[in-house]
Amino acid sequence: MPFSSEDWGAIRLTLELAAVVTALLLVIGTPIAWWLARTRSWWKGPVGAVVALPLVLPPTVLGFYLLLAMGPHGPVGAFTEWLGIGRLPFTFAGLVVASVFYSMPFVVQPLQNAFEALGDRPLEAAATLRAGPLDTFFSVVVPLARPGFLTASILGFAHTVGEFGVVLMIGGNIPEQTRVVSVQIYDHVEAMEYAQAHVLAAGMVIFSFVVLLGLYTLNPSRRRA
Amino acid sequence: MKNPIALAALLFAASLAHADEVQVAVAANFTAPAQKIAAQFEKDTGHVAKLSFGATGKFYAQITNGAPFEVLLSADDETPAKLEKEGQAAPGTRFTYAIGTLVLWSAQPGVVDAQGAVLKSGHFERLSIANPKTAPYGAAAVETMKALGVFDAVTPKLVQGENIAQAYQFVATGNAPLGFVALSQVFEDGALKGGSAWIVPAKLHQPIRQDAVVLAKGAANPAAKAWLAYLKSDKALAVIRAYGYQVAP
Repeated sequence: MPFSSEDWGAIRLTLELAAVVTALLLVIGTPIAWWLARTRSWWKGPVGAVVALPLVLPPTVLGFYLLLAMGPHGPVGAFTEWLGIGRLPFTFAGLVVASVFYSMPFVVQPLQNAFEALGDRPLEAAATLRAGPLDTFFSVVVPLARPGFLTASILGFAHTVGEFGVVLMIGGNIPEQTRVVSVQIYDHVEAMEYAQAHVLAAGMVIFSFVVLLGLYTLNPSRRRA
Repeated sequence: MKNPIALAALLFAASLAHADEVQVAVAANFTAPAQKIAAQFEKDTGHVAKLSFGATGKFYAQITNGAPFEVLLSADDETPAKLEKEGQAAPGTRFTYAIGTLVLWSAQPGVVDAQGAVLKSGHFERLSIANPKTAPYGAAAVETMKALGVFDAVTPKLVQGENIAQAYQFVATGNAPLGFVALSQVFEDGALKGGSAWIVPAKLHQPIRQDAVVLAKGAANPAAKAWLAYLKSDKALAVIRAYGYQVAP
């Protein structure tokens, strides 16, 4: 294999990060998406806008504010130190927190669309059969919204794999801890190691293509990515 | 073009738009002095220097792929030499415009002592450096720590910025209590701007020679030559020294 051990370290770390972030986002994002899909509250607009912010903001904005917020003078930094877990920048946990923000819309929006597409009828049917809200959710909503969950997981995972700006800003480029593939490619290019950069970069292109191809083949009816 | 007056006007406009401007790629560590020098350059010569700041390795990739830069103020002496050898730079224009000074710096007063003993004490959580693979200041920082015999002990605490600007940013935001940065970043008008610092003795690492070169795209631009000449003027040298750089004799 043409990958160096450092490259493998970066690949392993990237996959680990993406897996953890995707799992967390499904847990956090599902209730948010459900609420956004069902609510008539005035808050729907503002909350939806906040969730969608990473779509339009450059990663440097997010990275910059996370660096300040998670630092010793920031509220998050003060909180994590109070918890006794130290500070988040330059740690794997810090990358996870940043990536959860960054990939949030890619999980919440497909879920929200799937939930909205269900309509009221399955829920009313479940209610007449005296199913509780949780039972309804897991026995009716989750199976019916499965394509949405699939899209959300794949996009959340793929987007975290492809993240660059935020991890560059708060990661500190530490091997095996925060040096993900995108940063490793950047390093290779800066060091003029174009051959190594090509191997990793081509790997990313193939990976992303296969992921998206799988998504469109498994979910042919969904026009929205 | 049938109308000779319109043609002349067009040529005149074109000459106004291009001849007076020079696109300069500037190594991140030289950001502050370059801005100051560019302002004086514009006042004194009428030419305008448009500055882009970043990592030298990135500039190399961009230049070899057709970026419109006309002059490179590199963070090292290898990249300009390489560009010249590859025919991407105008031969004979290369010279050392500054010799960098490495400094161990903390944003907090009283953290870094005048001898840099804090490095040996190990009483810090993180140490920020520029990427030693790509940034000369990062490589000099590693050499210094090896010369002091603390490199292995410090390695688990290292965090790397992609260039010296980011290494500085990690320290300035307090996320790393100390780091190796360029003196030019924490020094202004001959004095420390804040925090505490140890100026690393030059004998602990190879000199950080920063070379400038006119690039192939700027070979015919008088403003590019004027900018390089201005870098050697007394006014510019005074600015360069005030930011803690040595200048070549």
